[in-house]
Amino acid sequence: MILTDHLPALQVVVPMLIAPLVVLMRVRGLPWAVATVTSLMAFAIAVGLTNTVLDSYSVTYEMGSWRAPYGIELHVTSFSALLLLIVTGASTLTLVAGKQSIDTEIGHDRQPLFYAAWLLALSGFTGIIVTGDAFNIFVFMEIASLASYVIIAAGSDRRVLPAVFKYLIMGTIGATFYLIGIGLIYMMTGTLNLADMEARIHEVGELRPILVAAGFITLGLALKAAVFPLHAWLPHSYTYAPHIVTAFLAACSTKVALYVLLRFDFLVFQQNLSTHEVQFTVFLMPLAVFAILIASGVAVFERNLKGLLAYSSLAQVGYILLGASLVSMPGLTAGLMHMFNHALAKGALFLAVACLGMRFTRLELVNLSGVARQMPWTMAAFVLAGLSLIGVPGTAGFISKWMLISAALQEGALGVALVAIIVVSSLLAVVYIWRVIELAYFGDPPEAGQSVNEAPVWLLVGTWVAALMNIYFGIIPSLPLSLASESAASLLQHLP
Amino acid sequence: MELLGLYNYWAFAVVLMTGLYAVITKGNLIKKLIGLSIFQSAVFLLYITMNKVDGGTAPIVQKGVADQVFSNPLPQVLILTAIVVGISTTALGLAIVIRIKESYGTIEEHEVQNLDHDL
Repeated sequence: MILTDHLPALQVVVPMLIAPLVVLMRVRGLPWAVATVTSLMAFAIAVGLTNTVLDSYSVTYEMGSWRAPYGIELHVTSFSALLLLIVTGASTLTLVAGKQSIDTEIGHDRQPLFYAAWLLALSGFTGIIVTGDAFNIFVFMEIASLASYVIIAAGSDRRVLPAVFKYLIMGTIGATFYLIGIGLIYMMTGTLNLADMEARIHEVGELRPILVAAGFITLGLALKAAVFPLHAWLPHSYTYAPHIVTAFLAACSTKVALYVLLRFDFLVFQQNLSTHEVQFTVFLMPLAVFAILIASGVAVFERNLKGLLAYSSLAQVGYILLGASLVSMPGLTAGLMHMFNHALAKGALFLAVACLGMRFTRLELVNLSGVARQMPWTMAAFVLAGLSLIGVPGTAGFISKWMLISAALQEGALGVALVAIIVVSSLLAVVYIWRVIELAYFGDPPEAGQSVNEAPVWLLVGTWVAALMNIYFGIIPSLPLSLASESAASLLQHLP
Repeated sequence: MELLGLYNYWAFAVVLMTGLYAVITKGNLIKKLIGLSIFQSAVFLLYITMNKVDGGTAPIVQKGVADQVFSNPLPQVLILTAIVVGISTTALGLAIVIRIKESYGTIEEHEVQNLDHDL
């Protein structure tokens, strides 16, 4: 075997092995450098895997050469490749750009531990994505979650602590629900391998435990994915976390949970539970609609900039779920595209917030009055990413929203109502992004004598790279589009 | 009789709900964590219960014994991992509670909320 055959395993193992080494590095700046290089390696591996997946359909890897279903199997499909690109890309870009922001928020003595936890979170997320084993997903989910709690709790505002405690309680309940579901399925089928599970549920006579398991798993993962009304942990955690951590997690953490949710519902349960697709739609579509409307509405009245963007994230989870709950090829493709595009837009927005965070200790909207005159580059990037979030033509956000609307229109009368909801919430997005823009560009600076400089160049470059990617993928969306449509096709292959 | 025979599963449900009840209703953060631990232990019980085969013994192959019935060892291995995860979660939770105590001076949830309300 040559090295490239081991890419699926290396994707997880590289950050996991380097994490404990980072703890030992006491030279100033070294933990950041090593973490960034590791993250870059993970990104390179993800790109390599994506290339392979685009050529052939999927990659399987037997851990320790134990044949599935006895050993743990890693399974990289186009769906996994899409998520791997999002997670490793977000981690790399935020790390490269964010050194100064992290330095101001986290003391040098704590930095080795912080970067180690960051790498563990990265390794956990990639682990969830590549593995094909249900229990393995649970373990990686907990690695990722525990590491996320740590990097969120590194925030300097004390309000982060109750927020992270709430996240820990709700996250653990979600993971435990998932574990119960896996237990029930294992009880009936005797397997933990996802592909094997799907085949063996056929042979199960009594389907009630499987139905209960489907409920537990869907609910547990919905908690992790912050699906409305199980989102209570998200706004405060994102608001008070270090800015760069918010940028990283907002781009990927809820999406990874949604990825597992979709894999279970479409690949494992779909074929085996009668009218499962109807239950899926009836249960999740109202939640998606509520998430879109209520979270966007709350964002309009939010007074903290990060809080505003966090509530907007909840609404975006709603869009992704809405696309999936249509259970149609265009709908699912739109949902998956929105995963990618929202990661781009929200990553860029939170990086711009990190730029502002370099100059302001408090990010209440009133503090930012007139800031665009002092930090024109930061605010220009914010506007660009904001346009993508709203879905203005020419940006990435437009592509997925347009696809979502055209998918909804195929659903008849219900679809028209959904389109109305999407349009209304996009208008709400215009309102809340405009509130920031109006204040920053047309508000008066609080004191004439107080001068604020532009953010550090390196952070600004990272922000602009993220913002320009919104334009690039708005004009040339072929890469995420081909991955998303291939994944949607594979998720829907079992549909009657 | 069959319903009573499944007493382990009844215990699982009762313990699970006890833990969840504590997590939801208790205002003291330590009590919440205790509830969370109880909640997780219930799942351990579920896994341990399902691996038991009537008359089954430890899965060790012996020479000359062909018709031995074995209990399934896999769930035990899984739950060993889950216990480790549970301990880490509790430890991290307690560490956060210590930091809450340091910066707020209390570990009652509503008092913490009130302290932040004034900011």
